[in-house]
Amino acid sequence: MLLLTLIILPFLGAIAAAFMPTHARNREAWFAGAIALISMLLTLSQYTVIASDRLITYQLPWITAVDLNLSFRMDGLAWLFTMMIQGICLLVILYARYYMSPKDPVPRFFSFLLAFMGAMLGVVLSGNLIQLVIFWELTSLTSFLLIGYWHHRTDARRGARMALTVTGLGGLCLLVGIILLGRIVGSYELDDVLGARELIINHDWYVPILALIALGALTKSAQFPFHFWLPHAMAAPTPVSAYLHSATMVKAGIFLLMRLWPVLAGTPEWTWLIAAAGAITMLVGAFLAAFQHDLKGLLAYSTISHLGLITCLLGIGTPLAVVAAIFHTINHATFKASLFMAVGIIDHETGTRDLRVLSGIGRYLPYTAALAIVAGAAMAGVPLLNGFLSKEMFFAETLSVGSDQNMWLSIAAVLMGIFGVVYSLRLIKVFFGPFNPTIGKTPHEPARWMRFPVEFLVLCCLVVGILPELSVGLLLSSAAKSVLGEQLPDYNLAIWHGINAPLIMSVVALVGGVLTYIWMRRKGLFDRARAPLIPSWLNGKQLFESGLLNLTGSMAHLERTFGTKRVQRQLLVIVLAALGAFSVIGFSFEHIDATTTPHRLTLPFAMLWLVGCACAIAAAWQAKYHRLAALILVGGAGIVTSLTFLWLSAPDLALTQLMVETVTTLLLLLGLRWLPPRLHQGKPTVRKIARRSRDLLVAITGGVAITIISLVVMFSSGESRISSFFLANALSEGGGSNVVNVLLVDFRALDTFGEITVLGVVAITVYALLRRFRPAPESVGMPLQQANPIDPVTRQTVAEQVSHGYLLVPSVYISAILPITFLVAVYFFMRGHNLPGGGFIAGLIFSVGLITQYMLSGTAWIELKSRLQPHRWIAVGLIVAAITGMGAWLFGYPFLTSHTAHVTLPWLGEIHLPSALLFDLGVFTAVVGTTMLIITALAHQSLRSTRFIASGVATPPPPYQEDQ
Amino acid sequence: MEFILAIAIGILFASGIWLILRPRSFQVIIGLMLLSYATNLFIFITGKLAIDQPAFTGTSDAVEMAQFTDPLPQALVLTAIVIGFATTALYLVVLLGSRGLTGTDHVDGKEREVTHE
Repeated sequence: MLLLTLIILPFLGAIAAAFMPTHARNREAWFAGAIALISMLLTLSQYTVIASDRLITYQLPWITAVDLNLSFRMDGLAWLFTMMIQGICLLVILYARYYMSPKDPVPRFFSFLLAFMGAMLGVVLSGNLIQLVIFWELTSLTSFLLIGYWHHRTDARRGARMALTVTGLGGLCLLVGIILLGRIVGSYELDDVLGARELIINHDWYVPILALIALGALTKSAQFPFHFWLPHAMAAPTPVSAYLHSATMVKAGIFLLMRLWPVLAGTPEWTWLIAAAGAITMLVGAFLAAFQHDLKGLLAYSTISHLGLITCLLGIGTPLAVVAAIFHTINHATFKASLFMAVGIIDHETGTRDLRVLSGIGRYLPYTAALAIVAGAAMAGVPLLNGFLSKEMFFAETLSVGSDQNMWLSIAAVLMGIFGVVYSLRLIKVFFGPFNPTIGKTPHEPARWMRFPVEFLVLCCLVVGILPELSVGLLLSSAAKSVLGEQLPDYNLAIWHGINAPLIMSVVALVGGVLTYIWMRRKGLFDRARAPLIPSWLNGKQLFESGLLNLTGSMAHLERTFGTKRVQRQLLVIVLAALGAFSVIGFSFEHIDATTTPHRLTLPFAMLWLVGCACAIAAAWQAKYHRLAALILVGGAGIVTSLTFLWLSAPDLALTQLMVETVTTLLLLLGLRWLPPRLHQGKPTVRKIARRSRDLLVAITGGVAITIISLVVMFSSGESRISSFFLANALSEGGGSNVVNVLLVDFRALDTFGEITVLGVVAITVYALLRRFRPAPESVGMPLQQANPIDPVTRQTVAEQVSHGYLLVPSVYISAILPITFLVAVYFFMRGHNLPGGGFIAGLIFSVGLITQYMLSGTAWIELKSRLQPHRWIAVGLIVAAITGMGAWLFGYPFLTSHTAHVTLPWLGEIHLPSALLFDLGVFTAVVGTTMLIITALAHQSLRSTRFIASGVATPPPPYQEDQ
Repeated sequence: MEFILAIAIGILFASGIWLILRPRSFQVIIGLMLLSYATNLFIFITGKLAIDQPAFTGTSDAVEMAQFTDPLPQALVLTAIVIGFATTALYLVVLLGSRGLTGTDHVDGKEREVTHE
């Protein structure tokens, strides 16, 4: 539970922080700081548990069948990282309070920062690997937002996009790797995976898994050749850099390598891949760092270099190297975070970060200078500081790799140390020398509390450097134990081990570094625009950007080549693809049961479909020139379909189809008048004939294919077990004997709920589209009868025709019938649970009654008299359905569980009252609302177009030229 | 009976395909209606073809599967019919709007360029 709180707290904080006022810097910082502090105290409270080497776990089962659970797990390593993430977050929040300008929208900043902290904690505390990947990608996303915080700046947007692309792609590789890993082990739980080392490293998939997971880790930790995103991520505000690129984001890759070290490490493949990447990265990073002109760029490359060092240690694969890696992770986090913050102060006070400009600012910033010098010394590996200890452990490990002849790694390590000293000296140099007057303003010491985080971290550097065993000994051993288990080596965290090889290497690195620095300064190498020795085309950013450009370019090319804006061609492709897919599935169907005897052919049924097919073909033939005829013919096919449903024991379907048919036909009738007239035209061209023949061929092929597949389906054996469940349980569980209706309102009620929602959405969309709708000029003039000046009807408005004109009789008649229609609807509604009927059918019947009224009385008359508000019907219907569904919660059942009651009423006798009836009432109401809204919105257009004609706007258009 | 149904579905389908490949929006809407009949019938026949065996279980508790038609495809088709109605309505309005805005009822919103050959 504690672990869950640890994860949820930052996310809740992020949401809350987002809603705070824009310029409430203090409140925001207090709030975010409180969140970080509380989580840190919670973590600290677990110290005794962790120190006694116990695990804290929390599990919330979700889909256990595929091993997806919410699972958190805290051991020594996770605890250490958690402390680091929370502690530095707290310091960064304090620092950011002073760093951020009053003009910056801070709610966004603190919200993203807290969300990022939550994601990071999720990574280190996940006990399930899939869940770990999810949090991993969340860190990519939140870091994207943080890096791009100043989104008005191009470099920030680019840097953010690059970081997201690289780390996000790595995350996808990681996901694949993790899934493969889980498939081998049979579980995604970290504990299970950690116990399956033999299984994993002997499996055929070991190398691909290793490669994929390494891709994830190396991209995240900015290892060569993916290191290029990190320097560009420096466009972020400095607090973000201090947080992301010292202690958290980039350490996630390191963390993953440590986490999976017990199962993946120790093979030649691991060593080659990880140690080689690490070694190259630390050299390249250190070398490039020495030639940077931007202070943050220098720190970025030095971060890359130090991450390479840690990766290399993990790649070496000895237990002692792991201890050194964990130790250096802590040390790097402390000195690098403090350096980033110090650089931020310099930037803040002088307005520049350019090493060529900055000089002699130490006299104005004495405290900051002292702090930065100590932290820089720690970075360089000066004795009595923490960086020295872990670097010496690293030197010792490089000696243990390979034989006496193979000194390459040791040499690389010393080279890295030399360049580490060089760039640290360059950094420190800004405080000395004469003050450069071109710096616009005179810097002065920042606010007391802005310096505090730096002071605290530098103090940590000193304490760890002088009293290592006392300060971090226990933390380190418990973290190392959770990685190494029983194979924890003996090690001694002391400053003085006597004169030995690592010490000599340290001294060589320090002295060599100072000498190299002096030599390079003399030679003016630091003033060069770019680093020497690296060819200019080998520019990660350039390659990345041009790669992306090429990719989008080639995609655009593909789209131009294969894409089309023509609907016909798209539909043709869709039809062909569907036919292809359908055929493959249909013809590979194996369960044909030759013994199934066909039903006896009945003549009426055959006649029925003779009519139906004739209707369909005729509709296809006539749809172009005779729309009304085609509409009637389609209606014919629809009625035949409906009769077929009735014939084959599906009365509910038959009723629904019949009602829908009616309403659809009416709708199309309403629309017909705005379509342009189409007249027969001369002989078609050859091209048209070719096109039509092709379409005809496709159509006939499709028809034949579906005929064959239908036969296959009908003659295949096998009874649906699901259906028998529904049949057997409809009455006992659903309380109704009309199984189809029970299915709709009970077993599959969620489906139905979704469906009526779709109906409502469609109706409102139709309404919204028609509100702005300007109908095309009507293509059909008044019929001769209505335009005849002798007939008094032509001088009446529709309303007058209804009130005392020729429509009076039918409208009175329909008014009398209307209640009866409603009664029929109620009847079908009430019996729906047991006999044909139900909400859909009743709703449609009800609507048809209203529509008939509309047709006879005219739109204007109805709109005057009626207070029908279809929007409300839809809303009420959805709400009733939802509340009925939620009612089940009150009784402790899942959403939409139904209950049946039988009530005996006077006169009516026993009434069957399942709660599903209420749900069905919602369906009914929503259906009525939908139908009415669509029809009235469409019918209303006729009023508009009358207005148009009255104002003389509309003139019948000339017949269109036929082309096909 | 099965053969008639299969052929009927085939013809409905073929007419529908022919129509949705036509250039006029009204042809396409008619084609979609025919296609939806065909599809609904196809889903329907994946169940059992039964005459006079509607899925009303009555009050008896012991239910013999063989006595009844298959209710599941029916429920699916019922949903499909209603949704089909909604999409047809939506398509109709889009059709009319496109006609009003572009002045043509061609599905592309513009007439195909007349090419002389």
